[in-house]
Amino acid sequence: MENLISIGVRSIFVENMIFAYFLGMCSYLAVSKNVKTALGLGIAVVFVLAATVPLNWLVQYYFLRPGAMAWISSDLAKIDLSFLSFIVFISVIAAFVQLTEMAVEKFSPALYGALGIFLPLIAVNCSILGASLFMLGKSFNFAEATVYGFGSGIGWLLAIVALAAVREKMKYSHVPKPLRGLGITFILVGLMSLGFLGFMGFAI
Amino acid sequence: MAEVAEKKVATPSEPLLSKKNLKLLTHPLDADNPVTVQVLGICSALAITIQMETALTMALGLTFVTAFSNLIISLLRNTIPSRIRIIVQLAIVSLFVILVDQLLKAYLYDISKRLSVFVGLIITNCIVMGRLEAFAMGNKPIPSFLDGIGNGLGYGLILMIIAFIRELFGSGSLWGFKVFEMAGIPFQGNGLMMLPAGACIVLGVIIWIQRSLNGYSED
Repeated sequence: MENLISIGVRSIFVENMIFAYFLGMCSYLAVSKNVKTALGLGIAVVFVLAATVPLNWLVQYYFLRPGAMAWISSDLAKIDLSFLSFIVFISVIAAFVQLTEMAVEKFSPALYGALGIFLPLIAVNCSILGASLFMLGKSFNFAEATVYGFGSGIGWLLAIVALAAVREKMKYSHVPKPLRGLGITFILVGLMSLGFLGFMGFAI
Repeated sequence: MAEVAEKKVATPSEPLLSKKNLKLLTHPLDADNPVTVQVLGICSALAITIQMETALTMALGLTFVTAFSNLIISLLRNTIPSRIRIIVQLAIVSLFVILVDQLLKAYLYDISKRLSVFVGLIITNCIVMGRLEAFAMGNKPIPSFLDGIGNGLGYGLILMIIAFIRELFGSGSLWGFKVFEMAGIPFQGNGLMMLPAGACIVLGVIIWIQRSLNGYSED
């Protein structure tokens, strides 16, 4: 249990997807112009990350890792499909995103209106595939993978809402013309990332 | 009749490096740069630019993937149903990424370890998907191929500039050679440049300089 809390806190603050690894930067910069849409996209990312990381863990554990298919028959025990992990992971993610989109559209049109345009974008958000690939390198068990996925999502949500709030205020400040827009946003992200460095070496 | 047939054969086939095609190669280097103007592919541009060697490997890998997946998608553009095009694109892109990954593991194992997950993340690199959607779905194979190469080079250019600055000031070396030590200047190394935060600020300043030079502005 303590281990799980530690993984959760680490994935939110210390190994923040945005401030430590810069994953999901494209949509992070594109959709952080106001807090409301940023929150919508953030929630969608949390949901997709919390579901796809454990899903990919199951696929990895039961099909892809060396000798994983021994549970089907002993003939298959020698097969190593780990080189397929990229294509399988991205297919799982794309299929999950598509399914979620259809389900949300059918059962909750209001939520679809709020999240609709962001959902298809998420399939190509680097942080989703990134979390699954990091999970590969960390030899988690199922519960740890779930917590890791959820925590990474929360970290991303936190980062995008924070940036959106700062950018809303930036409208009123006088920024040199060539620096306006993208340039100043990068410098802002850099400064925020410095702030998050304060969590480094923070252990529970 | 014979004349008509002859005319058909003679329909001008565009030379490979015509003016229009050449523009596809050079435009993304500055005015339409994928990183600083189109805002695509930022994640990897920031994450793997601590050393020039890894940055160059990444840029070459991405150029390869973009060029060939642009080519394939452009060949298939009239047969892909639009509802499932994202999945088709992802499948083709991941095929090439797996190729790059296996090649790196076989011949450049050290660099492949240092790049870690970022080789796999070429799949979701927005430059690849962005060019597929914006260019390859509506253009002929050869221009698409060139567009892929051009955007790969534009990305590589920015990557090398950032990596140059970060490696020089971060660890006082260039391409692994300790230039400051060789010149006899004592140099501590600037920790900020090695951090993700340093990369962000460097990129912000590069965009600032580029935009004051070419006069591009967002509003």
